[in-house]
Amino acid sequence: MTVMREQDVVPFRNRVKEYAVKIKMGLVNQTKLITAASELVRNMLRYGNGGQVLIEVISRGRDNGIRLTFKDEGPGIADLSLALKDGYSTGKSLGLGLPGTKRLVNEFDIKSELGKGTKVTIIKWANG
Amino acid sequence: MQNQLTDAGLREDLMSNEDLRIESEELINALIATLNEKNLSDIESADFDHVIEILSGISISRAKQGFSPRETGLFIISLKEALIQVMNEEITDSNELIGLSLKLNRLMDNFSIITFETFIKGREEVILRQTDEITEISTPVIRVWDGILALPIIGTLDSARTQVVMESLLTEIVESGSGVAILDISGVPTVDSLVAQHLLKTVSATRLMGAECVISGIRPEIAQTIVHLGIDLSNIVTKATLASALLYAFKTLRLEVKKAGPVVKNI
Amino acid sequence: MDRIPILRMGQFLLVTIQVDLYDRLALDLEADLVKMVSKTGARGILIDISAVSIVDSFMGRIIGNIGVMSKLLDAETVVVGMQPAVAITLVELGLPLKGVYTALNVEKGMDLLRTKIEIFEQTETDPDDDNSDYITQ
Repeated sequence: MTVMREQDVVPFRNRVKEYAVKIKMGLVNQTKLITAASELVRNMLRYGNGGQVLIEVISRGRDNGIRLTFKDEGPGIADLSLALKDGYSTGKSLGLGLPGTKRLVNEFDIKSELGKGTKVTIIKWANG
Repeated sequence: MQNQLTDAGLREDLMSNEDLRIESEELINALIATLNEKNLSDIESADFDHVIEILSGISISRAKQGFSPRETGLFIISLKEALIQVMNEEITDSNELIGLSLKLNRLMDNFSIITFETFIKGREEVILRQTDEITEISTPVIRVWDGILALPIIGTLDSARTQVVMESLLTEIVESGSGVAILDISGVPTVDSLVAQHLLKTVSATRLMGAECVISGIRPEIAQTIVHLGIDLSNIVTKATLASALLYAFKTLRLEVKKAGPVVKNI
Repeated sequence: MDRIPILRMGQFLLVTIQVDLYDRLALDLEADLVKMVSKTGARGILIDISAVSIVDSFMGRIIGNIGVMSKLLDAETVVVGMQPAVAITLVELGLPLKGVYTALNVEKGMDLLRTKIEIFEQTETDPDDDNSDYITQ
């Protein structure tokens, strides 16, 4: 899904919710996933000038899960390890974005290159 | 049929001969209908889907009836032996006989493995269901008083369990409009920094909902461990017993417990 | 252009959030609230989020802003009706909702506000006996 502007956020969140409900994810996990997605997508809008999100349903053995891949071609993140530490902030925002988001999901991966862009992948299993 | 009746694995107590015959017939008919030159060597062939369905059905129903997987497996194997015996009698060319026997052997062995796999899958489902039930039962939320909830937490507190506890507690707070929740941890064997973190999260979430949390049931060993691990619980009200926690809850809600006056007897 | 309605209840203002807050709407809300507080001299704001199923850091910031702004104008803010799933997520996210109180529902929220602010005829209650308090980690 392409998320380029503010208005795209809500339909995006709804789409994620659709998929989560489809694989019978519990309410708390749903909330965590959509909140994490919301954080990441806002980051993408604010710092990356918008980008693309890929929504996939994946399975591992008996479990089903959702994988979201956020790709933008923005300026990239200068110091990843710093950004992943609690309390770091660049914009006028609370610097809680990444580490907090990481806690909400089961798997979190981020790759960023200065000047090229950022790619974030998160996975949340239905059970947990 | 003959083979099965003489087979040591026969469980007459569990299944009448008549039922056995019906089951066997169904299986054999399905097998004969689908078996031909081509798929003899191909266990994966879609032609066998119906046969496999019947096999799975037999396996599951036998498991329910109390047959061991071995006994169910023997059911298939005895069929195999019967088939081979028949082939022995009908095919005279020894080369052809050996070739066909081998193929049939492999096919039937595969079938018997399927019965085992089905059995195991059935058991796994039972285990999963029981796990779910246990998770549900083990975190009751009790309405001790109007506006006071008590949660006796029994067993280890891991992140999965914590989420369940938090969900039930918070939902109950909303439904009962409670202002105080007492978390009793006398049933929690060990409290390490991870468990403490989970407890802290639960307390924070409760506060976000506008209610207060009290932790009770702290055993002396736990108190020691907490201090040694440097865990900071200064933000939370803690009481040693459920009783004192209850008293605190009453005070918080501005409730008083008074001893009633002497009983006046009617003269 | 729709705006979020602000209801006046005596000394208090009630805001019920039922849609997703995007930038423009949120900024408008902040502005409207501040104006209303100043105009009416309200002493308390109740933000009802019982219909909100997702609270991310953006929303958290807005709420925090409202808390600080109203405090500057001598009003207290209470967030009411938080859904359990939201509370659990917020704790996990590590979002400190500073500067606002929380309560289970509007009724309790108003009770809380009354104990927090000075009302003409009544004496101020001891600020030490809180049920709800600032959220700390």
